[in-house]
Amino acid sequence: MQAIMEAIIYVAEEPVKPEQFQEIFPKQEKENIEQALKTMVDAFNARPGGLCIREVAGGYRMTTRPEHHEQIRAYLKTRPNAKLSMAALETLAVVAYKQPVTMAEVLAIRGKKSSSALHTLLEKNMVAIVGRKQVVGRPILYGTSKQFLIHFGLNSLKDLPTLEEFAQLASEQL
Amino acid sequence: MENNQNLIPDLQEPSEETGITIHLDAFEGPLDLLLHLIRKEEVDIWDIPIARITEQYLEYIQIMKDLNINMAAEWLMMASTLIYIKSRMLVPQEKSEESEDEDIEDPRHELVYQLLEHQKFKNAAEMLYTREEVENAVWNKPPENALEDANEIVAVSLFDLLKAFHEVVRRFEEQQVLEVDKEEVTVEQKIEDIRNRLLIHDQILFSALFGEIRSKRQLIVTFLALLELVRMNEVWLYQKGAFQEIQISKKKENA
Repeated sequence: MQAIMEAIIYVAEEPVKPEQFQEIFPKQEKENIEQALKTMVDAFNARPGGLCIREVAGGYRMTTRPEHHEQIRAYLKTRPNAKLSMAALETLAVVAYKQPVTMAEVLAIRGKKSSSALHTLLEKNMVAIVGRKQVVGRPILYGTSKQFLIHFGLNSLKDLPTLEEFAQLASEQL
Repeated sequence: MENNQNLIPDLQEPSEETGITIHLDAFEGPLDLLLHLIRKEEVDIWDIPIARITEQYLEYIQIMKDLNINMAAEWLMMASTLIYIKSRMLVPQEKSEESEDEDIEDPRHELVYQLLEHQKFKNAAEMLYTREEVENAVWNKPPENALEDANEIVAVSLFDLLKAFHEVVRRFEEQQVLEVDKEEVTVEQKIEDIRNRLLIHDQILFSALFGEIRSKRQLIVTFLALLELVRMNEVWLYQKGAFQEIQISKKKENA
């Protein structure tokens, strides 16, 4: 079963969720699958290879190890991807922690209009419209997408450090 | 202020050379400028020398004006906030001895909370930056198109779809809800809505999409939006087997 799991994670385009293995092994107990998965991933990551299996967006994905990025990039002849601007990252941080959030609420925290940053984030599928707030004017509510989790290598939103940690840091900085 | 020259050194160099402020980026908004000024003064955030900071802030604004930079309204709003706080600090607070433990709130505090909140999210943004950095150093296997067709999933025919829609309408009529259709949602809006939902969920159940709708017009608009998305090849509809629930999911871009 573990060998099959490894193979499936290898061929998958998106992170493979434990539930998806349940479909492959319908007779297995949920706990057994999870246990086998964990043992396989730990063993895989313990070997000193060039690949590793990481938990991203609630599933498992096989990637190269980050420490080899220079050589891989040299071989692929690619440049680092265009990164998000600081304005976009700040806006994204507000959306991630305060979601669902309106444009006006983002403005209040950043003290600055954020429509263009938000637009970029929507275009890059990092942020999605999740509804409308039931107040006057019914402003659009924004939230983070699955692509956000994948882009930042997060397993779930719970993986983010808590805001209190940043508050602590902020009061030390000022 | 005597040493005005080096209060805003970041701005001086580029303005002479190019006339364009590259440094606007460094101070993204008024809060960033204030944080910068406060840090430079090395003062206690809870005891900001508001007169000095206001003066420096206004100087900065003056420079932006001189450079003909289009200032967003928030810069001026912050200026007026600062001046307001400054004036309130000048007015002797009815420092009646009875007001125990500084009952009267320091006029600066609201601004301080705002600055701290802003700094908090700047830190969170830094964290995202680092994470992005790490993710950029990692590759996963590029997708293989061949795998797509191997799925043993039943694609839904138009006939199945119409049947399912008929079922939805029938169930709806049974419910006998009062129609108060003030909201005129267009097909375009609905398409956008479905697209957004698919950004968050990998798939949506056909029944879930229609389940929450409370007017017949909405039902039809939603159905048309779904058909349009299928026609544009953006979504595909499938069942996990005959007579199973119809699922809606996004088409892989490179399929």
